[in-house]
Amino acid sequence: MDPYAALPLPQSAFVLGLCLLLVAPLAIAGVALINAGLGRSRSAAQSLLGSLVLVAVAIIAFAIVGVAFGYGETGYTFSIAGKPWDWIGAGSFALSGFSAGTVQYQLATLFEFISVAFAVLIAWGSGADRFRILAGAAAACILAAFVFPMLAYWVWGAGWLAQLGFNFTLGDGFLDPGGASTVHVLGGLSALAVAWIAGPRKGKFPKEGLSTAMPGHNAVYVLFGCLLALVGWLAWNMAGALMWADLPPTELTVTAINTLLSASGAVAATFTVTRVRFGKPDASLCANGWLAGLVTSSACAAIVSPMQALLAGMVAGLITPLLVELLELFLSIDDPSGAITVHAASGIWGLVAAGLFSSQQGQFLAQLVGIAALLGLILPLVYLLFWLVNLVLPFRVDADGERIGMDLHELGGNAYPEFVVHRDDSYR
Amino acid sequence: MKTAGLLVMPAGFFLVVAAIALFSSLTMRSIFVLCGLAVECLGLGIAVRSHMAARGEN
Repeated sequence: MDPYAALPLPQSAFVLGLCLLLVAPLAIAGVALINAGLGRSRSAAQSLLGSLVLVAVAIIAFAIVGVAFGYGETGYTFSIAGKPWDWIGAGSFALSGFSAGTVQYQLATLFEFISVAFAVLIAWGSGADRFRILAGAAAACILAAFVFPMLAYWVWGAGWLAQLGFNFTLGDGFLDPGGASTVHVLGGLSALAVAWIAGPRKGKFPKEGLSTAMPGHNAVYVLFGCLLALVGWLAWNMAGALMWADLPPTELTVTAINTLLSASGAVAATFTVTRVRFGKPDASLCANGWLAGLVTSSACAAIVSPMQALLAGMVAGLITPLLVELLELFLSIDDPSGAITVHAASGIWGLVAAGLFSSQQGQFLAQLVGIAALLGLILPLVYLLFWLVNLVLPFRVDADGERIGMDLHELGGNAYPEFVVHRDDSYR
Repeated sequence: MKTAGLLVMPAGFFLVVAAIALFSSLTMRSIFVLCGLAVECLGLGIAVRSHMAARGEN
């Protein structure tokens, strides 16, 4: 949808969209709480403060620079095979002229502000217990100023992915009303880049034998974060359906039900898999499964039927524990929050599912083209940018900082000063 | 090696772009898009392998 289009948005839809976007940040709060709970107790305060700082930096960077590239009356275009390829927006910097824009433009920009805050937070969880706040803020600034706006323009603006249907008769073009690609896959791929650049936590992968288990310090935070995220996600998906899938307000209940079904199917599948594999269900993996279902719903809740949403969620829930295990045990990727699996893999699955369940000819191919752009262009770009940031501001804390914990090292005080440090929580 | 793997990935993306720009048949486009995705997965596999090779250095 072109936010500058002259179509009048009914006032009730505008008010509904605004109300939904005011509730949507609860998803960010939930994920921040989950990230803190999945890290160690000696890094909990740094995790939550880092979340605040990253969100703040991303919002400022997006307001000053990113908003110009995310939208614009005109975009920068080049031509391939006689077709126009809009690759980045050419709007105004620093929100100049924002209040004079159409209501669609204003709502879309607010949606992007919340989305960019979420996208930068995802990688923060993967760097838990070793990622420095300053380096995280620099990475968030780059994501918010350049990478996210470009991708958002491709998907939600008048960019080439959104125009695949018009220019190349591929269904309705790349569909992603809830931000599975712009928020979750981008965040998940950034998490992979962070995990690669920062490296694993000390002692996580010994030269010989299996990897060391480093469980999260507070399962209650993690599970409550899941419930908090659900509220935000419901609003998020409905707002996305209203704005990017052009659904009328009367059809939004189906989107909400699909979101619930996807998350429920996913957690049921993960609960079953972990129960069968380990004899008892695993709380942190079930939380990851729940989030994976929500991420999957971001891509397809506004597009598919309720039973298809349930099926998509169940597949996400089946994949999640297996992929978390694969990354940790076989691929030596230390991802404490499981963001690579939960956000990148489940987001990609959701985008595939949206194409699979579509009756439009060429829609599946349009979704594959979008996924190819994410994997083939965005991942290398994010890795390169993060690698450059790492040269100036090292991502990883020094060995002493990791030993005493990020709270003491970066903040000078612990999150739980009256806690007794247990032997198994001490430095290995 | 990780850099090499990450450089292979854009090659897969350009294959995908070429497929949708040059072909009009849905079948041909699908085949080449899948090939492009396979190239990207190959690049990702190389990058992951090189990361695994560094296991234990931390």
